[in-house]
Amino acid sequence: MKVPVEWLRTLVDLPAEVTTEQLADRLTMYDLKLEEIIGGGISGPLTVGRVLAISPEEQKNGKTINWCRVDVGAQNVASVPDAPGDDVASRGIVCGAHNFAVGDLVVVSLPGTFLPELGFEIGSRKTYGHVSDGMICSTKELGLPDDESSAAGILVLAPGSAEPGDSATELLGLADQTLDLEVNPDRAYALSLRGVARDTALAFDLPFSDPVDAVTLPVGEGGYPVRVEDPEGCPVFTTVVVTGIDPTRTAPDWMVRRITQAGMRSISLTVDVSNYVMLELGQPNHCYDRAKVSGDIVVRRATAGETVTTLDDVKRTLTPEDLVIVDDSGIIGLAGVMGGASTEIGPETTDVVVEAAFWDPVTIFRGERRHKLPSEAAKRYERGVDPALTLAGAARVAQLLAELGGGTVEPGAAHVGTVPASVPVTFPVDLPARVSGVDITPAFAQDVYERNGCIVATDGATFTVTPPTWRFDLNDPNDFVEEALRSAGYDTVPSVLPTPTGGRGLSRNQVLRRRVGHVLAGAGLTEVMTLPFVGAADLDRLGLPADDERRRQVILANPLSAEEPGLTPTLLVGLLRAASLNVSRGHDVVEISEIARVFLAAAEPVGAPIYGVDRRPTDAEIAALDAALPHQPQHVGLVLVGERERSGWDGAGRAVAWSDALAVVRRVTQVLHVEVEVRAAQVAPFHPGRCAEIVLADGTVVGHAGELHPAVAAEHGLPGRVGAAEIDLDVLLAASPEVGPKPAFSSFPVAKEDLAFLVADDVAAEALRSTLAGASELIESVRLFDVYTGGQVPEGQRSLAFSLRLRAPDRTLTDADIKSARDAAVQAASAQHSATLR
Amino acid sequence: MSAPNSDYDPVEVTPLHPDEVARVAREALEAVAAATTLADLKQARLDHAGDRSPLALANREIGALPPQARKEAGQRIGQARGEVNRAIAARTEELEAVESAAQLAAEAVDVTLPVDREVVGARHPITTIQELVADIFVAMGWEVAEGPEVEAEWLNFDAMNLGPDHPARTMQDTFWVEPAESAQVLRTHTSPVQARSMLTRTPPIYVVCPGRVYRTDEADATHMPVFHQVEGLAIDEGLSMAHLKGTLDHFAQAVYGDGMTTRFRPSYFPFTEPSAEVDLLCYVCHNDPASVGSCRTCGGEGWIEWGGCGVVNPRVLVACGVDPERYSGFAFGMGLDRTVTSRYDIADLRDLWDGDVRFTEPFGVGL
Repeated sequence: MKVPVEWLRTLVDLPAEVTTEQLADRLTMYDLKLEEIIGGGISGPLTVGRVLAISPEEQKNGKTINWCRVDVGAQNVASVPDAPGDDVASRGIVCGAHNFAVGDLVVVSLPGTFLPELGFEIGSRKTYGHVSDGMICSTKELGLPDDESSAAGILVLAPGSAEPGDSATELLGLADQTLDLEVNPDRAYALSLRGVARDTALAFDLPFSDPVDAVTLPVGEGGYPVRVEDPEGCPVFTTVVVTGIDPTRTAPDWMVRRITQAGMRSISLTVDVSNYVMLELGQPNHCYDRAKVSGDIVVRRATAGETVTTLDDVKRTLTPEDLVIVDDSGIIGLAGVMGGASTEIGPETTDVVVEAAFWDPVTIFRGERRHKLPSEAAKRYERGVDPALTLAGAARVAQLLAELGGGTVEPGAAHVGTVPASVPVTFPVDLPARVSGVDITPAFAQDVYERNGCIVATDGATFTVTPPTWRFDLNDPNDFVEEALRSAGYDTVPSVLPTPTGGRGLSRNQVLRRRVGHVLAGAGLTEVMTLPFVGAADLDRLGLPADDERRRQVILANPLSAEEPGLTPTLLVGLLRAASLNVSRGHDVVEISEIARVFLAAAEPVGAPIYGVDRRPTDAEIAALDAALPHQPQHVGLVLVGERERSGWDGAGRAVAWSDALAVVRRVTQVLHVEVEVRAAQVAPFHPGRCAEIVLADGTVVGHAGELHPAVAAEHGLPGRVGAAEIDLDVLLAASPEVGPKPAFSSFPVAKEDLAFLVADDVAAEALRSTLAGASELIESVRLFDVYTGGQVPEGQRSLAFSLRLRAPDRTLTDADIKSARDAAVQAASAQHSATLR
Repeated sequence: MSAPNSDYDPVEVTPLHPDEVARVAREALEAVAAATTLADLKQARLDHAGDRSPLALANREIGALPPQARKEAGQRIGQARGEVNRAIAARTEELEAVESAAQLAAEAVDVTLPVDREVVGARHPITTIQELVADIFVAMGWEVAEGPEVEAEWLNFDAMNLGPDHPARTMQDTFWVEPAESAQVLRTHTSPVQARSMLTRTPPIYVVCPGRVYRTDEADATHMPVFHQVEGLAIDEGLSMAHLKGTLDHFAQAVYGDGMTTRFRPSYFPFTEPSAEVDLLCYVCHNDPASVGSCRTCGGEGWIEWGGCGVVNPRVLVACGVDPERYSGFAFGMGLDRTVTSRYDIADLRDLWDGDVRFTEPFGVGL
């Protein structure tokens, strides 16, 4: 809400010494937050001038400048010999713009003028071979709002509107300041000078006289006949008629200046007066050309498919939810949102029907959104306009039209409906103090309420407060706490640290997730955050088959990009994008990880219920909410590009191999104490022969690790072999035992045996290893230390060499013990995998 | 047979003569002292303390002496051999130290050679700031609550006193899940986690909810469609705005150090009443008149907009099953992304999301 300070000061008797900044600060602490102070700041001799002569001079750079002689009245110097035209008292000024002519009135910033838009003081300076004694100003340089003239460049004043030498600062109201206040949606009343003035008076503890009280209300029946068929949508509707307006009249300068400063454009006397009253009292209103209205004005709901052409010349199709104003000819307005073109005020209009109504805020809110028609009127109606204001509002418009347009207000008004009664609220007198923590006495609170226009009844223990008609925000006891607190001052709230009874610290999952994060960083991975928006093309690039469950994306109704309409079902999309970016920026080694949610739509999605808010939903109802949501587990993903170990002076580097991502996953599962098994798998976007699925003891596949499919790597511009992994962290954390493995070890001596086997290629190393490990109780551990093919190893086989550590918990092993364990291992390898000892 | 001759004069045996013993002992000591390497010393030991050394040979002669002479000669030889052995031991130690020092000196390396072959990891600052905030509140006895990001419309809006026709719904540009009947959104704030906490816990409740939230803002230097918030919720008997202020002051001090404070300005949120904007004293200039004018962090204001807060609207308590007659509470929320960007002079919010490893690397594993 833009509030011209000059206008505000006419409505509240603010002491002259209160500066605009002080006013703004106080209002900010009174819940009318300052966005900015507009205007002001111009100082020095900003003067009206008349162009006496122009000499266009072409410059070497091809530009033509105008060397001008300008009459600035009392600011003239006696002689400017080299300026064009007769050497009379004047000033010589160089100007680069061309949209003015000899005889035009312009605004001249003479040396010593400070223009905030430029940020410096104008001086007399030599330019283009002349001494330019000031500057002819453009609309923009003066900080005036953009309009048709600002595009032209230099501001040319209307002929006869001023005399050379007049103060342009005064003429254009450039010293005026305007507060741009951020009005919260609950403070609808502050979308008017009336409301801001009332709060200003309260904030500065000054008396306030309501401008509404100054309006002479029409007496008796009259106006234009009205019938309201939907009193729920339109509780109050008022018309007043003005006749005999002189259509050639325009709004006076003071009014134009005020509505311009308030951010609206001057259009015509009728429109300006209508807007002026909306700004002044907060009552939106509409003026119809009476000559174009036929029959009674009727308020009703639209029928489906009805159309109206609104004032913006758009034909709109309506629904039965729309509230319309009709006459015998059809729809003449969309209630509270915009008027119709058929009854618009025109250049010949002399008789006007002024309409002021109170519309149901929800109906207006929905209509405005349905038709995407935000307007100043709708903005006020949807938040709540004082329902008791229609008569005064319409009367004020009529009175100004008559006064300024030379018309006559017809006696009486059509005033239909009843002002909805304000609902009283009862609450304990100590509630403001209890909730705010500030020592607000009941007496203080009562005074605040009464000065805000409330009617207060009290029995000493409770207040029963009836809010005034313009306050839509005073419905609950706590609303009255806020009202008292903003008067007491938010800065008076003391600082008291509460003492919770003691929490249980981080949850186990939270602790474990941190642990995983540290392990990933310790494994050399850099954590990144990626945006979760992806589309089908992204999944295509991963090579996901059509029937992959990750194709079941959660789709957004209003995505930012049509190419990325859904939420990601895999972290690898974002990680590969990030890897590409890094590679394209010249990084050779990119080893990145992310922990974030992924999103998988249900096969048969159901809608989430919407409940009332007057009670807690039942446990079953809460479960129904959760059941409707898509599966959105936290995943951990990683991508490895380049060297896993860098080359250096002490050795060659090691390029990323298929096993590196798996090794990181192994580290993660180990620190979580989760026993996992690894099996070969074929899953996009992995290399079909180099992908491991990670399997929990109960058979659940918790994720995959291995090498990215070379085609996918190439598609993303990633060089070499790329390691990748993605794990469902939620499932993995759930599998982490509360108590990890217990330390158990024997202090008897170890015996070491190395065994190399020849086995068929398709025998998994892990299968053979676990067979060996289980072959004898005496085998403490088995570790594969060599894989060999070629040479003497037959085609289709490979040599796998293991080192076995043998130990007994209770004795030193004998040679016979060692031999029997070794034989058992060889025997088991042979029996289960046809492995032969080399 | 005659009785043993027990009193005849000792036979003179040259190697056992005191002068001779002293001479070979001296020679031995000189040889030991002259050894400059462990190899030399080994030779000296063989020559002067070995089985064939003069002292060892002399020792064998003791048996030839009559019994009454053996003791004295044994002592003499024993002392001499002891002296030589001690000298050898001492010299060994000296020479070993010298040789070890020489070897270590020879093994010296250029310690400025790079030792960067292992890739070094780092954690994202948004992760670590969430942990930092969580730790501050956990230390106060609060707990950390979490919830889904695709959220039921009812929990994101209705339960927060943002009914379908509430004008405030237009203030938040929401990503809606298709189809409209799904009644689901990408949560616009972490407040639904507050609702979930109230629905599933019994007061007293003290929880903070850090997490990802979404608004339909096109990505640019100062806006992202995804960002991070931390919200706090306290529900207990007798809580007031004063407890809110105390909590936020403490939070500010824990993050930014002693002397920090906050300031309330009136505001409006549907889920709190009364509501306030909370400003943080500028942590760079501390609103010091001498420096505030030129402070870039707060733009000369002395205060930095930090977040929104207020007393939980009793309507929210009712919808979430908390008895408003018995309990009251407060809530607050602030963005974490800008906390990071403003503290580390990051001009472009997109840097947080691009995944360029150079963004994360400087943070190491903590802020």
